[in-house]
Amino acid sequence: MITATPTQHEPKNYINSDYGIKSWLLTQDHKRIAILYLIVVTAFFFLGGLFAVLIRIELATPAGDLVDSNVYNKLFTMHGIIMVFFFLIPSIPAILGNFLIPLMIGAKDLAFPKINLLSWYIYVAGGVFTLYALMRGGVDTGWTFYTPFSTSYSNSYVIATGLGIFINGFSAILTGLNFIVTIHRMRAPGMTWFRLPLFVWAHYATSMIQVLGTPVIAVTLLLLILERGLHIGIFDPALGGDPVLYQHLFWFYSHPAVYIMILPAMGVVSEIISCFCKKAPFGYSFIAFSSIAIAVFGFLVWGHHLFVSSQSVYAGMVFSMLSYLVAIPSAIKVFNWTSTMYKASVEMSTPMLYAIGFIGLFTIGGLTGLFVAALGIDVHVTDTYFVVAHFHYIMVGGAIMGFLGGIHFWWPKITGRMYADTWSKLSAIIIFVGFNLTFFPQFILGYLGMPRRYHVYPPEFQVFNVLSSAGASILGFGYLLPFCYLLYSLKFGPKAPANPWGAVGLEWQTSSPPISENFEVTPVVTQDAYQYSTREEVKVG
Amino acid sequence: MANHPPETEHSTTHHIVPTRVYYGVFAALLVLTGVTTWIAYIDLGRFNIYVALTIAVIKASLVMLFFMHVRYSSKLTKVIVASGVFWLMIMFLMTMSDLATRGWMRVPGR
Amino acid sequence: MASHAVTDLRHHFENHDQQKDASTLGMWIFLVTEIMFFGGLFLAYIAYRTAYPDAFGAASNTLNIPLGAVNTAVLICSSLTMAMAVHSAAIGKNKLLITFLIATLVLGGVFLGVKAYEYHDKFVEHHVPGPNFDFKSEDAKHPVDPHNASLYFALYFAMTGLHASHMIIGAVIIVVLIRMAAKNRFTPEWHTPIELFGLYWHFVDIVWIFLFPLLYLIDPKNK
Repeated sequence: MITATPTQHEPKNYINSDYGIKSWLLTQDHKRIAILYLIVVTAFFFLGGLFAVLIRIELATPAGDLVDSNVYNKLFTMHGIIMVFFFLIPSIPAILGNFLIPLMIGAKDLAFPKINLLSWYIYVAGGVFTLYALMRGGVDTGWTFYTPFSTSYSNSYVIATGLGIFINGFSAILTGLNFIVTIHRMRAPGMTWFRLPLFVWAHYATSMIQVLGTPVIAVTLLLLILERGLHIGIFDPALGGDPVLYQHLFWFYSHPAVYIMILPAMGVVSEIISCFCKKAPFGYSFIAFSSIAIAVFGFLVWGHHLFVSSQSVYAGMVFSMLSYLVAIPSAIKVFNWTSTMYKASVEMSTPMLYAIGFIGLFTIGGLTGLFVAALGIDVHVTDTYFVVAHFHYIMVGGAIMGFLGGIHFWWPKITGRMYADTWSKLSAIIIFVGFNLTFFPQFILGYLGMPRRYHVYPPEFQVFNVLSSAGASILGFGYLLPFCYLLYSLKFGPKAPANPWGAVGLEWQTSSPPISENFEVTPVVTQDAYQYSTREEVKVG
Repeated sequence: MANHPPETEHSTTHHIVPTRVYYGVFAALLVLTGVTTWIAYIDLGRFNIYVALTIAVIKASLVMLFFMHVRYSSKLTKVIVASGVFWLMIMFLMTMSDLATRGWMRVPGR
Repeated sequence: MASHAVTDLRHHFENHDQQKDASTLGMWIFLVTEIMFFGGLFLAYIAYRTAYPDAFGAASNTLNIPLGAVNTAVLICSSLTMAMAVHSAAIGKNKLLITFLIATLVLGGVFLGVKAYEYHDKFVEHHVPGPNFDFKSEDAKHPVDPHNASLYFALYFAMTGLHASHMIIGAVIIVVLIRMAAKNRFTPEWHTPIELFGLYWHFVDIVWIFLFPLLYLIDPKNK
């Protein structure tokens, strides 16, 4: 008996326009490529999370009872590599940015659809190399691959992992290139620069970093691989090389890379806050330009990772002072978001909970960043859990809160389904609580002097470590919840209307999920973004 | 054309450069190559490298401006080229701010 | 030929201007990534030349300057033929376009051949970093540390090698372009691949314009 497919009566959209695995793997539709990214990035997130779980179990007791030091070194290295290069960097840009930028600017697709698909395959290829290295036994250098340990002494799969990250870098470069060209050349009529949503501005700034920074890490890893394979001496002090030069080259990319993670999250938060306060963000152009400023200033500060690496004292002073510059645009954003919420009728929806969580956690992460940017304090807390807590507040508290907020905000648009509101609010709160319980004790641990990257520690540190591990289990549970109810909503969730949140912005003017061509007619934009007071007048076509 | 975003930064305006410009640039490049090679055989002390690099910058600029049509291109193209050079200089100068000043402070025992 | 050009408009663009603008912009941004990619090597070069000027000078003096100068001239010629190829495409002279593309390919091949000959010399002289590396200072009064000379040669091979690999990739693309031109694919309205490849080829030329003085000419030859 043949069952009539219910989709026959459904209007066509990008999901049901074509069927079969081939229609997905060979697609050039930016929305489908975003889904491809979503699947692989999520898989890497849980893989990286698995390593974090093992680390936290090991650290629950002072003794090294679960793993020995060699395995522990590999655990935190693989956790770092997978989370940084294969989750955080592609997360928001390649998934939400890919899906939304053409919709937000009223284009049919990104400028180079084939390159977009290619970048996904490159990302997967880089991942395969890294997984291969992992299967063979992993890497123990830390995600930073500091020389000469990584080139001369480490007995692990540095070359394979380095190649994986090298390849993966081209995926980020191509995505950034595609976004820049798209934002310049594909905007709908009337969509001027200062009518662009702040999400697009944030992605423009992110793409600048990807394009200007990523090639440097690529050539650095190339030199690292050459050095390890052929011992040419570039980073080997025994042969006249300078290991600190490696750190300069590495952090020239890897410090701005932090802004690749946080800037898109800031873009997401700007959208969410504006929508659920039902008013335009306070100081649109300040938020827009502060994104660009963060991208530029971000390139001037990398030396603050080298304060204790025998960098010259004078360079240390310069880098320390420049590091404070980044606080200015970051603070502008935080103040503007809070000003937007001031006297607004704030709707505490799930995305808004994540956005508010983001502001709080990012502020703590940013302020502790000022601590470690100060030369004297940094000497005390370098390589302690203080630094670990600081960058997790930015990368997890900031970037992942932004990512989850964005996923919840645009889930109805992406999938055409609504998720369970109670569950989603509950999990947002669980994640916030679990996150703080995990990482706040680490500030104290670090200040007390517990160094990072050791699997054993003195017993007096156990209280805080147990708190941290307990928090991590809550956090882990919190991350599993959205995975479950979002998947559930795909099949059983109620159908989403085109604009469930009452938001403005072109992406909400088309159906949920959007049609393959994004819009029936190319929209003509006649207004600035975020015209919540007059949103009936925004028209399409 | 009406559907095209109102850009001020157009790069398509088709500019056909007269071939004599190409031949002129080509001749200049060859002459400069000869000059820089010739100067390498004259001892100017530490100025050899400055002269050689100045000539290289002139040659590279000629290639960019005329062969790569930057001179006839949009503002956006010029900004992109400039930003590439600018970021390269950030990388060079900030790194050298460390490497060149390491010896300035006497460290006991060294 | 106008109808032919229309078929090359991809569905998500409104018109040809937009499509061409996008491709050109994309190519320039790609070239910026290339600047930064080579930039890392140039930074390593600056760092080590500042640290070991004598060793770099002595090592640099073992290179064959006339060959380097000739190769520079060859590459400049190929840049000219490439510029002429773009010009021929723009004025719709297909035969001329093919001729200039072939000339560019041949000149690129000559460059790589000379480069291979120079590499061969370096192998014979044991100037390749590694276990067989052997460097004797010509100036016996001021001997330089062979380790530092080895750094120079490591950078020499890394930089010229990366440059040569870009030329090889370029040569492969020229072959594709020649085949396309032979099928009359290019018109004065649409020859974007030729233009974009021209940008790439000139960029590779510019890299060499800097490599030549930095690697061959940094040290006065008659002291």
